[in-house]
Amino acid sequence: MTIGLGHYLFVAAVLFTLGILGIFLNRKNVIVILMCVELMLLAVNINLVAFSVYQGNIVGQVFAMLVLTVAAAEAAIGLAILVVYFRNRGTIEVEDINAMKG
Amino acid sequence: MDLAIKLIVLLPLLAAAIAGLFCRVIGDRPAQFVTCAALLIAAALSVFVFVRIGFGPESAKLIVVKLFSWMDSGTLAVSWSLRVDTLTAVMLIVVTGVSSMVHVYSIGYMAEDPGIPRFMSYLSLFTFFMLMLVTSDNLVQLFFGWEGVGLASYLLIGFWYDKPSANDAAMKAFIVNRVGDFGFALGIFAIWMLSGSVNFAEIFAKGPEMAQARIEFLGMNLPALETACLLLFVGAMGKSAQLGLHTWLPDAMEGPTPVSALIHAATMVTAGVFMVCRLSPIFELAPIALQVVTLVGAATAFFAATVGLTQFDIKRVVAYSTCSQLGYMFFAAGVGAYSAAMFHLMTHAFFKALLFLGSGSVIHCLHHEQDMRKMGGVREKAPQTFYLMWIGTLALAGIGVPFILGNGIGFAGFYSKDIMLESAYGAHSVVGMIAFWLGTIAAFMTAFYSTRLMFMTFYGKYRGDHHTWDHAHESPAVMLIPLYVLGIGAALSGLVAYDWFVGHDWKHFWGTSSIAVKSTEEVLHHAHQVPLWVKLAPLVFALSGIALSYYFYIVRTELPALTVKRFPGLHDLFYNKWYFDELYDAMFVKPSLRIGRAFWKKGDEATINGLGPDNIAARAQDMAGALSRFQSGYLYHYAFAMLVGVAGLVTYFMLSAR
Amino acid sequence: MLLQALAFYVFAFVVMASATMVVVSRNPVYSVLFLILAFFNAAALFILIGAEFIAMILVIVYVGAVAVLFLFVVMMLDINVTQLREGFLKYLPVGSLIGLVLLLEILLGLGVLGGNSPAMEGLAKSGAQVGAIDNTRAIGRVLYTQYFYLFQAAGVVLLVAMIGAIVLTLRSRPGVRRQRVAEQLYRPKDQTIAVVKVPTREGV
Repeated sequence: MTIGLGHYLFVAAVLFTLGILGIFLNRKNVIVILMCVELMLLAVNINLVAFSVYQGNIVGQVFAMLVLTVAAAEAAIGLAILVVYFRNRGTIEVEDINAMKG
Repeated sequence: MDLAIKLIVLLPLLAAAIAGLFCRVIGDRPAQFVTCAALLIAAALSVFVFVRIGFGPESAKLIVVKLFSWMDSGTLAVSWSLRVDTLTAVMLIVVTGVSSMVHVYSIGYMAEDPGIPRFMSYLSLFTFFMLMLVTSDNLVQLFFGWEGVGLASYLLIGFWYDKPSANDAAMKAFIVNRVGDFGFALGIFAIWMLSGSVNFAEIFAKGPEMAQARIEFLGMNLPALETACLLLFVGAMGKSAQLGLHTWLPDAMEGPTPVSALIHAATMVTAGVFMVCRLSPIFELAPIALQVVTLVGAATAFFAATVGLTQFDIKRVVAYSTCSQLGYMFFAAGVGAYSAAMFHLMTHAFFKALLFLGSGSVIHCLHHEQDMRKMGGVREKAPQTFYLMWIGTLALAGIGVPFILGNGIGFAGFYSKDIMLESAYGAHSVVGMIAFWLGTIAAFMTAFYSTRLMFMTFYGKYRGDHHTWDHAHESPAVMLIPLYVLGIGAALSGLVAYDWFVGHDWKHFWGTSSIAVKSTEEVLHHAHQVPLWVKLAPLVFALSGIALSYYFYIVRTELPALTVKRFPGLHDLFYNKWYFDELYDAMFVKPSLRIGRAFWKKGDEATINGLGPDNIAARAQDMAGALSRFQSGYLYHYAFAMLVGVAGLVTYFMLSAR
Repeated sequence: MLLQALAFYVFAFVVMASATMVVVSRNPVYSVLFLILAFFNAAALFILIGAEFIAMILVIVYVGAVAVLFLFVVMMLDINVTQLREGFLKYLPVGSLIGLVLLLEILLGLGVLGGNSPAMEGLAKSGAQVGAIDNTRAIGRVLYTQYFYLFQAAGVVLLVAMIGAIVLTLRSRPGVRRQRVAEQLYRPKDQTIAVVKVPTREGV
């Protein structure tokens, strides 16, 4: 069976959904949340590249590279924040982060 | 002449305006001076008008001075005009005379009051409204004056506004009056509907035609003019405190004594009598209404006299006496003796005002003590007041010597009371007889309680506080002079004016324009023909009343208390004013309070507020409480919520695109 | 073709499985490692489709930098391996349902599952362009010319991220001696050197 665009899109969709599920199903720590964000961005990248190849338009891949850049930057900042938070709180349990409770 | 009439009516208004609006600028003394001067000038001009109209030729008997037009709408044309005929001239004398005396008296009585200009201004304002009432040429202007005197009465009764009882009394007076005014307004509407006009001349001209008309109301077919006259009489009942709408008059004694003298003795309460006499041409065409008038008047005369027997407040005794005498005037008008009613109105104004002002003098002397049980022996301290009060009392009781010099010699009430009772007897009708007997018994009671007042106050030993006794003194001249003037009136006005009002000259005096002449002629003729015992009966009853009172209060002073113990039920009935106040309280006041409270609590608060603002606020709070549980502080809850939202949106777009 | 299909299926399956394991693992280090595995397999998928430059970039940047950074932080933060909280099981049914719905809609929208997808209609369904020009060269042609601004902007984003990370986490510890070079250079002469006349045989 020929692997068509749809297959790649399917994979990307599943990855995206898994990432979303991971954000709120996880009760353990914040790092898993950040990792799920990375998963979602990966899914988007797969989508972009698949479209780019099947359309013959290179701009999709350029976009994917830029997404990659931003993902890296965001991961760095996110982890820096996490480190500072850990310094102040001593824990990164997700359930302990409820200071905004209203 | 026209100018005189205009000045009489407008000077009090001007004085009221100056004293009322500029009281801060001009101060107390000028306010008193302006108002008293205006009233005295008006009184002098009234005498002039009275002489010219009462004794002038027939052509001068009716003067109408049109000021300017008021309403001109469709078929309703009402103007401000002053109608002066003999009836008006008599009222002018009464009103301006008593009012000017009260103004002068108030200078002394209210000397220590902080609100002097306001008081004088209200008194003059009242006088203006009363004058508008008596000089009105149409029903609407009469109603204007009617309402105006009610307003002035409210302002004056509640003059000492920091006393809650005074405020309540003022409201009671105004509200009870309003019930009467409602009937009066309906009567005016009925008259207008029947005759197409509100001017007196036109109404009287259409009289016979109106008498035939009938009116449909609630499925009943009623004679129209009778209904209209009954409604108008309801207004008179309210204003003149007749039985049924009388409850405000005793409470109106909360006002200062000059107010009681002016309004609740001489002028405002007589407005009802005046109105009936003014409208006599159409009342004559409504015999059922006249019978009602007679019965109500007679019942009031009797009722008020019984209550006056038992009261202890000196002003209340005089107030019930007023109520009773007004009943006399109404039953005299009811049997057709309008001029006799007016005669008694005039004499009553003099001696009643004298009695009130004299009581005020006693109260002033004993430093605002009003309870007669704490008085006694005051004649030593206030001799002039004592003599003048005796003149008033004898006039009220109707004491005189009959048959000398033609009409007899006596105090004013002797003449007027007798002619009224004679007219009632001479009418030879059932209601007339009832009125006669009730009136005669009431005359007995009147003599009893008025002399009781004298004995309890002026004779015997002083029963009050010794500190007050030491400071008691006679009233100053400014208070005594009005008493003297009124005393002259109470003593001599009957003797002098008998012939003009009801005697030989009455036809020339009244002319044809004032009151229903034809029927009055017949009634007076019968009145003069009554048997001897009828003529003597009132005098005999009065003298026996005085004798009994003397026995009870001077000879054997323990008898009053024993009598009360012997007849406790009767005494309670009389003392509690035949429980009318309690009856009205249960019938009207409490239900309306309940209805009001029900509307407020259930209607306004529960329903309107509950479904409206309060409900919305409560629901908003509920929703806010429910929504705030979404703010858990947990990031993953927020993420989950966002996810659900995204899923929903996408579903929506997917489905709408298909 | 069969090999290609097989490779695709293998890589796709591993990606999805390791993504699941990232979420489900109890040990955060395991989660990071599974993430790295997912990245590798995604890179393999990219190679399969012909975008080898992107694939290599993925490996270098994502795996080499980002995932290693994750691992650093996980190690540094001294996290205890915790028990699975009950909330996981409580929310699993609803969460999976929502996730499933979302998945279905994405697939429907993209025309993968069937029906007419409005999103796909405008696309030219041409096949993969194989070998006209290699991926790196193609990207290079476009990135530094047409999308130069975006390229520079990406650089600025990285700069800002770096500054941000430093600012957030920098703390000055007391008691640590450092060289303050600027102060050293600004030292005035009269605080440094004093000329002293020294008589002979006496010392300073």
